[in-house]
Amino acid sequence: MNRQPLGTMGRPVVSRPAERVAELLLLLSAIASAAGIIFITAFVAGSGIPFLARTGIWAFITGSTWRPDHGVFGIFPMIAGSAAVTACALALGTPLGLATAVYLAEFAPRRLAAPVRQSVQLLAGIPSVVYGFYGLTVLVPLVSRVSSGPGFSVLAGGMVLAVMVLPTLVSLGEDAIASVPPEYREGSLALGATRWQTMMGVLVPTAKPGLVAAVVLAMGRAVGETMAVIMVTGNVARLPSSLLSPVYTLTGNIALEMGYAAGDHQQALFATGMVLFAFIMGLNFLARASSRGRKKR
Amino acid sequence: MLCTSRFRLLLVVIAALVLAGCGKAAPPGGHLGTITVAGSTSVQPLSEVLSQRFMELNPGVRINVQGGGSTAGVKAARERAADIGQSSRELKPEEKGLHETVIARDAIAIIVHPSNPVRELTSAQVQAIFAGRLASWKDVGGPDRAIVLVNREAGSGTLGVFVELVMGKDQLSDRAIVQNSTGAVRTTVSTTRDAVGYVSLAGLTPEVKAVAIDGVSPTIDNVLAGKYVVSRPFIYLTPQAPEGLVKAYIDFVLSAEGQAMVRKEGLVPVR
Repeated sequence: MNRQPLGTMGRPVVSRPAERVAELLLLLSAIASAAGIIFITAFVAGSGIPFLARTGIWAFITGSTWRPDHGVFGIFPMIAGSAAVTACALALGTPLGLATAVYLAEFAPRRLAAPVRQSVQLLAGIPSVVYGFYGLTVLVPLVSRVSSGPGFSVLAGGMVLAVMVLPTLVSLGEDAIASVPPEYREGSLALGATRWQTMMGVLVPTAKPGLVAAVVLAMGRAVGETMAVIMVTGNVARLPSSLLSPVYTLTGNIALEMGYAAGDHQQALFATGMVLFAFIMGLNFLARASSRGRKKR
Repeated sequence: MLCTSRFRLLLVVIAALVLAGCGKAAPPGGHLGTITVAGSTSVQPLSEVLSQRFMELNPGVRINVQGGGSTAGVKAARERAADIGQSSRELKPEEKGLHETVIARDAIAIIVHPSNPVRELTSAQVQAIFAGRLASWKDVGGPDRAIVLVNREAGSGTLGVFVELVMGKDQLSDRAIVQNSTGAVRTTVSTTRDAVGYVSLAGLTPEVKAVAIDGVSPTIDNVLAGKYVVSRPFIYLTPQAPEGLVKAYIDFVLSAEGQAMVRKEGLVPVR
C-alpha cells in the first residue's frame, strides 16, 4: 500500500476497479501481440502447405531450377544464396562486432565508450534501403573494380550485412561480458593475471553462451534482411560458385516476385516464406538454448 | 473502400449542387472528389505530374497515384480497387474487357555505360546479347571484356515489352543480374563499366548512354515517325468508358496541355 502514489488526503489515487480495468487492458494488449504470430503463421502455412503437398517438399527444397513461367519451382539456389550471403556477413561482422563489444565492456575509457556505443546503436536506425543504396553505388563498383567482374555478388551482400548486424553483435556481446559476476574479474586480477589474460581466460569463456546467442541473433537478422540485399546481390537464381558470383536470396525471391505472382507461383512464394520462417525460428531457438545454458551454470 | 469513396464523392457532388444553388461560385475548375490511380511503375511518374497539375487547376480534387506494376494495375481496375489502372504494355487476351485509353507512348532504350565505345547495335545483336550467345563486347565492336546483362524482374511491364519486341521466342539468359525498377537498372548500368540494360525513354539520363538500334536512336521524334520500333503504349484502364471526374481527368491528360507535359517528361504524345 505504501508504494502506491498518495493523493492530498493520503488516500491512494487509483481506485481498485480502475486498476482492474487497466490490468484487463494490459492483458488484451498482450493477447493481441501474441495473436500476431498465430495469424501470420496460419496465413503463410495456409497458402504454402497445399503447394508443398502437391509438388513435394523435398523436390521444392532441393530443386535447382526456378522457372515460374514454366511451372518449375526449386529453391535450392536461393537457400544456398541466403546461406552464402549470411556466412560472408558473419565472417566479416563477427570479429569486428565482438572485438568492439569486448573493448567497450572492459578496456574503453568512459569518455570514449559512450560515443562509440551510441554511434554503433545509430547504425540500427538507418533504413535498410539506405544501406542498399550505399552498397549499390559504392560497394558494388568497388568489388567490380577489384575483381573485374560485375560486382553484384555474395561479397557485396556480405559487406552490407556485416555493417547491418553490428548493432546486434555489439550490444548483446557487451551485455554478455558485462553480466559476468564481478568476483570472477576481481579474483583473476587478484591472482596477478593481466587485464588481457583476465579477458581471454575468464570473462570471454564465462560469457560464451551470451556471445554465441549474439552471433545467432545476428545470423537471424542477416537471413531475414531483404531490401539492402536485393540491391547488391544481383538476384541470379543460380548456385553461387565463388564469393564474386551473383546470388538470389530467399527474401529477395519473395520481395521481387510477390507483386506479380498469381496461382501456383504465388503459393510457391508463400512456401518460400515457410522455409525462411523455419530458418529464423530454428535460429531463435538456438539463441535461446544457448543463453539458457548460461543461466544453468 | 470503394464504397466509402463513392459515397464521399456523392456527398461532395450533392454539396457542390447545393452550393451552386445558393449562388456561390464553384471552385475554379469546378471538379470535386478523389481518384485513385494504380499500376505500372513506368507510368507512375507521368501520372504524378499530370495529377499534380490537375489538382492545381481543381483545388477540390484529390488524386492518389500508386505503383504496383502493370499486372497489378489491370487487377486493380478489374476489381475496382482503383478508379484508374495504369499499364505500360498491351493487355494480354485474358486481360481484355476493360476500357483502354492510350495516354502516351514510350520507347525502350538499350543503355550502356557512358565510357562504352559501342554506339550502335542491330536488333539481332541485342537479341543475341540478352540470350547470352554474344558474351563479349568484342563481338559487337567494343573492347575484349565480358558483357554484364541487367534484366528486370519477372512480371515487369518493361521486361514483358522487351521480350515481346526484341527477344521474340528466344530465351533470356539466366545469368542476367535482376534489378526491380527503372532507377535501379539505370544506377547499375551507370556504375558498371561493362553493363547493358534497358529502360523507358523517360528514364534516360546523361548518367547512361542509349545505343541506336539498327541505326535509329531512341528519341521522341523517331518514335513519332515510326522509325524506332521498340515502343509501347501507356494505357489508362477503367472498368467502363470513363465518366464524371475520371473522365474530366482523362480529358485533361489528352488535352493540349496534358500532352505537352507528356513530351516534357521525355515521352511520346499521342495527340
